[in-house]
Amino acid sequence: MSYLLEAKGLEKRFGAVVAASDINISVRAGERVSLIGSNGAGKTTFVNMVTGYLKPSAGSIMLDGQDITALQPRAITRLGVARSFQIPQLYGDLTVLDNMLVANACHDQKLSFWQPARRPEAIARAELLLQRFGLSEHIARRVAELPGGVRKLLDIAMALTGHPKLLLLDEPTSGVSAEEKFPMMATIMDALGHEVNTTVLFVEHDMDIVERHASRVIAFYAGRVIADDLPAVALATDDVRRYVTGELLAE
Amino acid sequence: MTPPKRPLAASPQGGNASGPAEPDPRRLLGPARSVVLGVAACVVLAVVGWFVPKWLTFLVTMAAANGLVSLGIVGLMRGGVVPFGQGMVMAVGGYAAALLFNKLGITDALGLALCGGVAATLIAAPFAPLLSRYRGIFFAMLTLALSMVTYGLLMKLEVLGGSDGFNLGRPTLLGFALPQERVGYVMYLLTVVLATVMALLARVYFDSTRGLVTLAVRENELRVEYLGGSVRQAMTINFILAAFCGGLGGALVVMSLGHVEPNFSFWTTSGEFVFVAILAGWQSVAAVFVASTVLEVVRSFSSAYFPNTWQLALGLFLLFVIRFLPKGIGSLWMRGPTR
Repeated sequence: MSYLLEAKGLEKRFGAVVAASDINISVRAGERVSLIGSNGAGKTTFVNMVTGYLKPSAGSIMLDGQDITALQPRAITRLGVARSFQIPQLYGDLTVLDNMLVANACHDQKLSFWQPARRPEAIARAELLLQRFGLSEHIARRVAELPGGVRKLLDIAMALTGHPKLLLLDEPTSGVSAEEKFPMMATIMDALGHEVNTTVLFVEHDMDIVERHASRVIAFYAGRVIADDLPAVALATDDVRRYVTGELLAE
Repeated sequence: MTPPKRPLAASPQGGNASGPAEPDPRRLLGPARSVVLGVAACVVLAVVGWFVPKWLTFLVTMAAANGLVSLGIVGLMRGGVVPFGQGMVMAVGGYAAALLFNKLGITDALGLALCGGVAATLIAAPFAPLLSRYRGIFFAMLTLALSMVTYGLLMKLEVLGGSDGFNLGRPTLLGFALPQERVGYVMYLLTVVLATVMALLARVYFDSTRGLVTLAVRENELRVEYLGGSVRQAMTINFILAAFCGGLGGALVVMSLGHVEPNFSFWTTSGEFVFVAILAGWQSVAAVFVASTVLEVVRSFSSAYFPNTWQLALGLFLLFVIRFLPKGIGSLWMRGPTR
């Protein structure tokens, strides 16, 4: 069985602190995997290692059979891995359209000294994605003026510009009010529905969202994987109920 | 596994499905409009230059040539760094042109100007990958250090005239000798034409995909890398392009002055180029030449009427601009956050 993403024996230490230990995760193409766990459990550390922001202290990461463990973020992105951020990483002084055009230009890898960034076909591509994310009305606004939820969606739309093989979403609904979370996640998943070749890993704290949108759940605790199964099964394990959802502690 | 299709949800921020906005036609017409305006300005300056006094054509020549150096700084500023050592590339361009004139007998003004740009590019290029790693004050100080090393070398090398520099004669243009009474106007014309060409090329570059990525680097380097762009490549290219502009400007200044000296590489000279770049802002290329002209005018008149306090007038003017036009005088006519 070949996997799109295969992490073997991943470990990350910051001095005496072990942020990730013996992480073994394999993801097949097309899966929608949710990474859950309390704060400091190792979810974002895992995402950061896969995307090259952090180098593992031990272990390896393979993407489509290619070792990407030591590659820089840019090289990993060019192999088809994209990510969004817990705190959206945008260009605040540029418009929404220009943010998308930057993403477009970077993904195209055909940077030109004379080809206009704002050429009609690039604008059309950006508009299509923005429409899928319900952001059309914001197209001409400066990003610094946008509300948090819109920034989150734009952050993900930019990551999706290059039609990645693997998309990692770091807490896509964090910082959004409870009533906005569900429609926002639905918008994201609807937009991702157009990307049939994109496998998605998303970090999430809301178990209702996890149950609704994930085909598989990987639970982290203290830098280790404590469950990896279908959502209904993983969320019912004692370890997850004790260390992630806190149900057993409450009982 | 692909999730089941859902009906398109309303945006959580109250968005609608009204469809994409129409692109701004002014932006699509931008390149053509820039060319028309640039050529028109060039023609007007060429005609006006024929009638105005020589001191004024000389002033505009200096402003346009120095503006080219500042244009390079603006290109770097768009990426979020400010060099304090562009005097180095100006000096390299000037010395290259003067040496080619005196030692090799190359007298064509256009050829010498281009050689100045190429020489500065060749000197700056090896340092570009190193400098592309640094930001903020470290970038500024490293470029300053390079310019001061160059200044020190030029001061000590007697073969290059030492602290006095050396003179060069009257250039030719495209095979024609220039009579003494016309050389000022021809140099003015050449400088204005080259400045227009470089300004238009800069506009095309700033509006290109690379130009937009440079703006993105200024805002958020991390995201550029995560989108697959190369921050260091962008900074390296901008430094090299700025060197060419600086060298070209330096060669034109030297040919108009008929003299070259180490002070071109002194840090106060670099400071004046930064002054012009800040005055202009990073949105408009035309603003660079307007700001450079403002500096020349203030310098000329202030040094005539207030010889000991002209820097004071200049400083007050800069304070005024920073207070009321924080994005530079270019923001007076450039609309939108990214232009």
